[in-house]
Amino acid sequence: MEDIISVEHLAYVYPDLDGQKGTQVFENLNLTIESGSFVAILGTNGCGKSTLAKHFNSILLPSGGKVYVDGIDTSDLNRVMAVRRCVGMVFQNPDNQIVANVVEEDVAFGPENIGVAAPEIRRRVDKALKQVGMYEYREHAPHLLSGGQKQRVAIAGVIALEPKCIVLDEPTAMLDPRGRRDVMETVEKLNREKGITVVLITHHMDEAAQARRVIVLDKGKVAADGTPKQVFSQVEMLHKLGLAAPDSVELCWALRQKGFDLPLDALTPEECAQALYDWLKT
Amino acid sequence: MLKDITLGQYFPGTSVIHRLDPRTKLLGVILYIVALFLAKSWISYGVVLAFLILAISVSKIPPKSIVSGMKPLVVILIFTGVLNLFYSDGGVVLVKIWKLTITSEGLTRAIFMTSRILMLISGTFLLTYTTSPIALTDGLESLLGPLKKLHVPVHELSMMMCIALRFIPTLIEETDKIMNAQKARGADFENGSIIDRAKALIPVLVPLFISAFRRADELATAMECRCYQGGEGRTKMKLLRYGRNDFYAFGGLTALIAVVAVLAGFGL
Repeated sequence: MEDIISVEHLAYVYPDLDGQKGTQVFENLNLTIESGSFVAILGTNGCGKSTLAKHFNSILLPSGGKVYVDGIDTSDLNRVMAVRRCVGMVFQNPDNQIVANVVEEDVAFGPENIGVAAPEIRRRVDKALKQVGMYEYREHAPHLLSGGQKQRVAIAGVIALEPKCIVLDEPTAMLDPRGRRDVMETVEKLNREKGITVVLITHHMDEAAQARRVIVLDKGKVAADGTPKQVFSQVEMLHKLGLAAPDSVELCWALRQKGFDLPLDALTPEECAQALYDWLKT
Repeated sequence: MLKDITLGQYFPGTSVIHRLDPRTKLLGVILYIVALFLAKSWISYGVVLAFLILAISVSKIPPKSIVSGMKPLVVILIFTGVLNLFYSDGGVVLVKIWKLTITSEGLTRAIFMTSRILMLISGTFLLTYTTSPIALTDGLESLLGPLKKLHVPVHELSMMMCIALRFIPTLIEETDKIMNAQKARGADFENGSIIDRAKALIPVLVPLFISAFRRADELATAMECRCYQGGEGRTKMKLLRYGRNDFYAFGGLTALIAVVAVLAGFGL
């Protein structure tokens, strides 16, 4: 499969501010994201996750190296719009990304910006709202919706631009468990049914476990990269970086420390229960 | 307590007036005001008043809410009335106390001017009561469109208005939260002199401003991510279109102005 995003020798330094020297976030980062994949990016605060995400649609431009999105160089200022149509971004606080005071008007904001004709905007808005399950709320005022609903409206606003890839920067950090589940289901569905590439930046290990590939960033470098099972079974490495594995893996790992011979690839409570059951049987 | 603030005083509804194009309503109010100021006699006032009552009854806005909307303006009304009452000469002297005289002319003028203001305000209320803020902004943007040629940033202005309206409830909620947080730490907003209370608001306003700037920054990034690049080449999902009712409305208003103007021509 071809790569939708490829990061080549990326270097990035935050510009100097008020005499304070800028910080170097990346020195030489290489990374590719396959078209149609579901990738989770993990890391502690300040490891450069959000900075990396902002490189994916020309919000930040590399200080060195290149970022290509669908073959387009993101630093090519003439093609910024093409990059942004290809990669949509969803941020942490849904309140700060909703522009209009009616749900459907907000979803229409993106297509309106790129000059889509009125009937086509209508079609895209309805389609996007149905995909995130917010169609019945199309005439509501956003401030009366719950956090999870607002975040789904924000996702609809992004997919109305029909991007090939969406980047979600901690989309569930401000949501309650129910809102989190709804948002994760929506994202998962978009990836599975529409083939939209999903890059999910998160702090929640159980969310990362739902991805098909997990990348762990540490101090601007890739510390681990692989399937959730491969990455999360390296529990000691995760601990050293200040991260944790999903609860089920942590449990198996803790039991292993006590001398029980359990596998470390149980990512869900069900798999964990099965592993314990199998172990008890032997 | 802050939740009670209503904005734009919009009453959602489905009446003919609600469904008129916002541009029609904006221009309509201007035409109505022209008619009102052309009216010079009680007869033409009666015509304008009849038109107003007809419009209000069609809009199905409860007259009570229009009356209650007048409350903050009572001072201005009384001021106008009293001023006209005492400062007009001519006519028969009705009452004379010390140096103040009330003449019949003064009384008529007082009633005339206050009812003009009352009718003026009721007319504009009809606009804000039947038009959602977002429709108003759209209408304004479209009406002011020609000014773009004179480099007036019409789109930017309407975008700003739209975002301001969108964030008012969010910021009210936030203010409530900050006030509660300060109250929990012993701040007192209800007691003391006006100066004390104003001082107590400073620790609310500072975090509110900081958060508003942070929000603005995030919103700007989110808008950029959604391909926003100003009004150039932008389309609209909901196009404003004049319908049959709009022509009737314009017809009615033109007739109103014509009748009032003819009456004025006859010195009435």
